[in-house]
Amino acid sequence: MIGIGHYVVVSAIMFVLGVLGIFLNRKNVIIILMAIELILLSVNLNLVAFSAYLHDLVGQIFAMFVLTVAAGEAAIGLAILVIYFRDRGTIAVDDVNRMKG
Amino acid sequence: MDFIHSLAAVSAEELISSAGLVLLLVAAWGGDKAGRGIAIAAFAVLVGAAAIALPTLLGSVGGSASLAFEGHVRLDAFAAFAKLLIYLGAGVALIVAPAFFEREGGLRAEFPLLVLLAALGMGIMVSANNLLTLYIGLELNSLASYVLAAILRSNGRSAEAGLKYFVLGSLASGILLYGISLTYGFTGTTSFDGIRAAFGAGPLSVGATFGLVFVLSGLAFKISAAPFHMWTPDVYEGAPTPVTAFFATAPKAAALALLMRVSLGAFGAQPGAWQQIVIFASLLSIVIGALGAIGQDNIKRLLAYSSINNVGFMLIGLAAGTQAGASATLVYLAIYVVTSVAAFVVVLALRDAQGKAIESIADLGGLSRTHPGLAAALAVVMFSLAGVPPLFGFWGKFLVFQAAVQAHLVVLAALGIAASVIGAFYYLKVVKVLYFDDVVDKVRGGSEFANLVLLTASTLFLSPLGYLLTRWLGGLAGNAAAALFRLS
Repeated sequence: MIGIGHYVVVSAIMFVLGVLGIFLNRKNVIIILMAIELILLSVNLNLVAFSAYLHDLVGQIFAMFVLTVAAGEAAIGLAILVIYFRDRGTIAVDDVNRMKG
Repeated sequence: MDFIHSLAAVSAEELISSAGLVLLLVAAWGGDKAGRGIAIAAFAVLVGAAAIALPTLLGSVGGSASLAFEGHVRLDAFAAFAKLLIYLGAGVALIVAPAFFEREGGLRAEFPLLVLLAALGMGIMVSANNLLTLYIGLELNSLASYVLAAILRSNGRSAEAGLKYFVLGSLASGILLYGISLTYGFTGTTSFDGIRAAFGAGPLSVGATFGLVFVLSGLAFKISAAPFHMWTPDVYEGAPTPVTAFFATAPKAAALALLMRVSLGAFGAQPGAWQQIVIFASLLSIVIGALGAIGQDNIKRLLAYSSINNVGFMLIGLAAGTQAGASATLVYLAIYVVTSVAAFVVVLALRDAQGKAIESIADLGGLSRTHPGLAAALAVVMFSLAGVPPLFGFWGKFLVFQAAVQAHLVVLAALGIAASVIGAFYYLKVVKVLYFDDVVDKVRGGSEFANLVLLTASTLFLSPLGYLLTRWLGGLAGNAAAALFRLS
C-alpha cells in the first residue's frame, strides 16, 4: 500500500535533485531552468499528496497557482536568457562571471 | 455583502492593478515615446495608493474589521506602514529613472509599469494573512524585479545581473514553496491564524520544523540576509542605478515586513524555534556585510554589502520577539530606506565629462573640493550608515540594541555593537577618500532639479534635524507593531 510517506519521500528526493542540479551543474543555464522546474514539481507533488491525505482542497488549489506561476517564471527566465545570449554568445554557467562574486 | 466589504478594503491594490493595466495599453499603443508620461502617471497612482493606505496607519486599528477575503488578506496599521515605505521607494525610482535612461538611450515604456506591478506585489506581500496570498504577492514582485534588473538589454552587465537574480531568486522561491508545502501538510492549513493555533497546540513535529526552516530561508534570501546574500553584490552592481535604488528600498521593506509577519504571527506560538535562526542570520549578516565591504572599490557593491550589514541590525530587533523590538525594526527600516535614497541619488549624480557613470571609489578622490555639496551629502550618508551619534542612523541602531537588551539578548547586542565598529571602518574610508585624498577631478555631471530636491530632503532627514521626528516616527512604528501583535 502506497501511503503519504512514500509521496513525501519521492517529493523530497526530487527537491534535493533540483537543488543539486542548480549547484553542481557547470555546463548550461538551460539545465538550471529545468532544475527549477523540478523543484516546483516536487512542491506540487507534496501539496497534492497532502491535500488528498488531509481531505482538504486547499492544497490542490495551491498547486494550480504554483503551476501558473511556474509557467510565467519559465517564460521570464527564457526571455532573460535570450538577451544574455545575444550579448555574450554563450550560455555556459562558467562564463557568467563578468562581475566577480 | 462580505465580498463588497473585502473589495473596499483592498482599494489601494485595485487602484494600482487597474491603473497598471490601463497604462500597459497606453504603453503598447504609444511605444517608448510615452515612457515619460507613463512614469508621471504611475507616480500619481502611487501617491493615490499611499493616500488610501495612510488613514489605516494614523487611526486606531480594528481587530477583525481589517480582515478581507475570508482572512486571506489583513489590512492593518502594520501593512499600511510597510506599504508607505514601499510606495516611497517605488516613487523615488520613478522620479530618478527618466533622466538616467535618457542618457542610456531612452526610457522604455515598460519600466514604470514594472515598478508599478512590483509595488502591487509588495503591497499584497505585506498584507498577506495566508501562505497562498504570501506566495502570489512574492512572485508578482519577483517576476517584475527579474525583468527590471535586466532592463538595459544592450548592456552585458545588466543582462548578467538579471540572469543571476532570476536563477537565485527562483531557487529561493522554490525553497520557500517547499517549506510552505511542508507547513501545510503538518498543520493542515495555510492560514496564518490556523498555523499559529496548530503550532501552539504542542511541541513542533519534525516536518513542521523543516517547513519553518525552509520558509525562513526563502524569506532570508529575499531580504539578502547572510548566508543567502550571494546575489546581492552582483545584482546591485549590474542593474541600472535607478533599479538598484529600487531594490535597496522597496523590496527590502516588503520582504522584511513579510518576515516579521510570518515569524511573529504565523510562527509566533513557537518563538524558540525561529529565534535561533534569526539570531544566526543576523550576526552572520552583520559580520559578512562588514568584512565583505572592506575590499570593494565599486560604490554600488559597497552599498550592497552595506545593505547586508544593515539587514543584520534590523534582524536584531526581530530576534527580540517583542513589540518594542518590532517597533525598533520598523524605525530602523524607515531610516534605512531614506538613507538608501540619499545614497543612490548621489551615485546617480557621479558622472564624467562624457556622461558615463563613475562607480569607482578611487575616482571620487578630493570630491569635497570640486563638488562640496555632493561630497557632504555622501559623507552624511556614510556617517549615518556607520551609526555615528549626531546623525539619524544612530537612532535606529540605538533602538534595536535597546530592544535586544530588554529581551535579555545582551550577548547578541554586544556582538552587534562590536561588529558595527568593523563596519565603521569602510564607511569612514569613503569619507577619507572624499575629503583627504588628492583631487582626481573626474566627476562632472550635476543633478536634475527633482534629484536635488530628493537629495536635500533625505539628507536633512538624516542630519541631526531628524531627531525632531523621533516621536512622530516612533508613534507610527509603535502603532504598526501593536497591530502586528493584535491577534484576531
